[in-house]
Amino acid sequence: MAFYDGLFDALGLRTWCDAAESDGPMSMAQLLQQSSGQTAEQVAAAGTPLLETPFPSLDALAEACPAIIRTRDMTTGVEEAFLAVKDPLKVVLGPVTQPLSWALDGTMDLFEALPWFLLIPILLLITWYATRSIALVVFVGLAFAFMGFIDHYLYAVQTLSIIFVCTIISVVLGVPIGILMSRSNTVQRIAIPILDMLQTLPTFVYLIPLIFLFSVTESKLYGIAIILYAIVPVIRLTDLGIRLVDRDVIEAADAFGMTSRQKLLGVQIPLALPNIMAGVNQTIMMSLAMVVIASLVSAPGLGVLVLRGIRNLELGVGLVSGFCIVLLAILLDRVTKAALNRVNAAQTH
Amino acid sequence: MSEKEPKVRIRDLYKIFGPDPKTALQHVREGMGKAELLEKTNHVLGLRAIDVDVLPGEITVIMGLSGSGKSTLIRHFNRLIEPTAGQVLVDGEDVISYDEAALRQLRQAKMSMVFQKFALLPHRTVLQNAGMARRVRGEDESAANAAGQKWLDRVGLGGFEGKYPHQLSGGMQQRVGLARALASDSDIMLMDEAFSALDPLIRTDMQALLLELQKDLQKTIVFITHDLDEALKLADHLVILKDGSVVQQGEPQQILLNPNDPYIEDFVSDINRARVLRVRSVMRPMNGKTTGFSGVADVNDNLERLIELSGGDTAQAFRVQQDGKDVGVLEMRDLVRALVPAHPSGSDSVR
Repeated sequence: MAFYDGLFDALGLRTWCDAAESDGPMSMAQLLQQSSGQTAEQVAAAGTPLLETPFPSLDALAEACPAIIRTRDMTTGVEEAFLAVKDPLKVVLGPVTQPLSWALDGTMDLFEALPWFLLIPILLLITWYATRSIALVVFVGLAFAFMGFIDHYLYAVQTLSIIFVCTIISVVLGVPIGILMSRSNTVQRIAIPILDMLQTLPTFVYLIPLIFLFSVTESKLYGIAIILYAIVPVIRLTDLGIRLVDRDVIEAADAFGMTSRQKLLGVQIPLALPNIMAGVNQTIMMSLAMVVIASLVSAPGLGVLVLRGIRNLELGVGLVSGFCIVLLAILLDRVTKAALNRVNAAQTH
Repeated sequence: MSEKEPKVRIRDLYKIFGPDPKTALQHVREGMGKAELLEKTNHVLGLRAIDVDVLPGEITVIMGLSGSGKSTLIRHFNRLIEPTAGQVLVDGEDVISYDEAALRQLRQAKMSMVFQKFALLPHRTVLQNAGMARRVRGEDESAANAAGQKWLDRVGLGGFEGKYPHQLSGGMQQRVGLARALASDSDIMLMDEAFSALDPLIRTDMQALLLELQKDLQKTIVFITHDLDEALKLADHLVILKDGSVVQQGEPQQILLNPNDPYIEDFVSDINRARVLRVRSVMRPMNGKTTGFSGVADVNDNLERLIELSGGDTAQAFRVQQDGKDVGVLEMRDLVRALVPAHPSGSDSVR
């Protein structure tokens, strides 16, 4: 006798339950009982004290009524359902996402192929044009010199190339989505829960379905994981930025007969630019966070070293590569913030 | 004046804010008031049965306190707000029936607007802002800049072309706003509380600038203000709004002398009548009188000047001239009577 027998008897479902009597694998509770030498009948005979009333879970109900599936069957079902949609999904997603693999591999090849005495000056030049700050250029130079000196240069460049590609794709996809959201309340209502979900899902959970969909040898696997995670702030802040544009200025644009295209390109996007840039800054930082975790699914770069540190308990390797990641994070953050400040300074009210 | 075709006619215009304005409109047409409408149907009556003619080349001032619907009304001229019912005829064409392209054409070519909060593009230079209307129309950069430069010089901002709006003071920013509107070469200029955000002294400067420009340009200007002094200074035609309805409209001097509503009497009781009223509003016909004048006055002199001329002697009379010809007589006694509100003396006067 199981606890919920009475319930099914009272509902008159007893025959339906017993018709499906199965001899499937035992639940964990049954196994435990068996090993402790008691049978179900003995337990039932002792009666269940009120305080130990089991929660009416799938397992507890299945004990009383075999027609109800057990939790393990449920997870198996989810898995089977996912595997069933996997192949058709792969037919669609495979070709669509293939360019991502090419972009990631191509950029990484390019970054790696450039000799250090070319790449570092290029990075310094970019820093200069983005920030016009000598101090930052010196900082970037020192950081790369340090990483080169301790032989982490190649890993840092790999990480940088992944961030570079993923940020560009996030911006290219995220800004238009943000614009759509700002123009339609319906789109915004639909998009916000999705963005919330992408932002709150633990990063490991992203990886699970992706591993099944794509091969671990494909770089788009980690590319998609990073982009899904990092695209959120640029979408949100584009939407917010455009919605925050001074209504008076928009009214003036209307009063002078601007088309919605002129308004978007000439007024809304330029005025939303500080917010969009703040979103890009966040996107870069989140790509960096994710690229480390994505080393679990074969993303190259500094994350691999961190992972090695954890797996092999090589404390030094883990700490030094962790420090390099922090260095990279500070550097990316400072450079994008300085660029953002220049945009802000250009349009103070 | 009256033989001119109106440039813009507003006909029986209603605006009701709320989820179901059509039903609410029925109530309003049946005579429900603003407060009752709000209480019973939760709709806000914005404008009720507005009829206004805007004559070409004149400054029409729409005056009212906040909440009177004046900003709502001016936004109907270029349809920034859609009316609930009624017509807006510009050069005889009903703007309300325009499709999007025609409306855009109207806003680009026929009507420009100056805003209370300037509404300049903060990321563009003063010159680019001034030429904005031209660039929106698709003219090339050099044409836009040339027009912008011309009007910046005209409003006294030559030399500031390369600055950004935030580097200028409020008064200068509004000059840019004015140049932007003028550079579009539109016939009609809408000015929504254009000077209200400025300091009193700068406001006076801007009013003078507007009047000076208007002397040359003869634009059709619709000017919104809550300031009666400003309204009287600028208006050729004054429309007074209260709770979304027109309470009185006409020549400002006539409204001042013959207020038809306690609301307007209140309004006009505080102003310096001697400075605002002009000789033409208080004078009498000549009636063959040729002698006994203590001096000559112009029709457009204000009464303050006459008091100064007469030295305060109420027994005197002045010959009133327009363009060197005698057109009437000003008795100082009439003048003094006109200075006291609520005892209109204009009933037998000639304009």
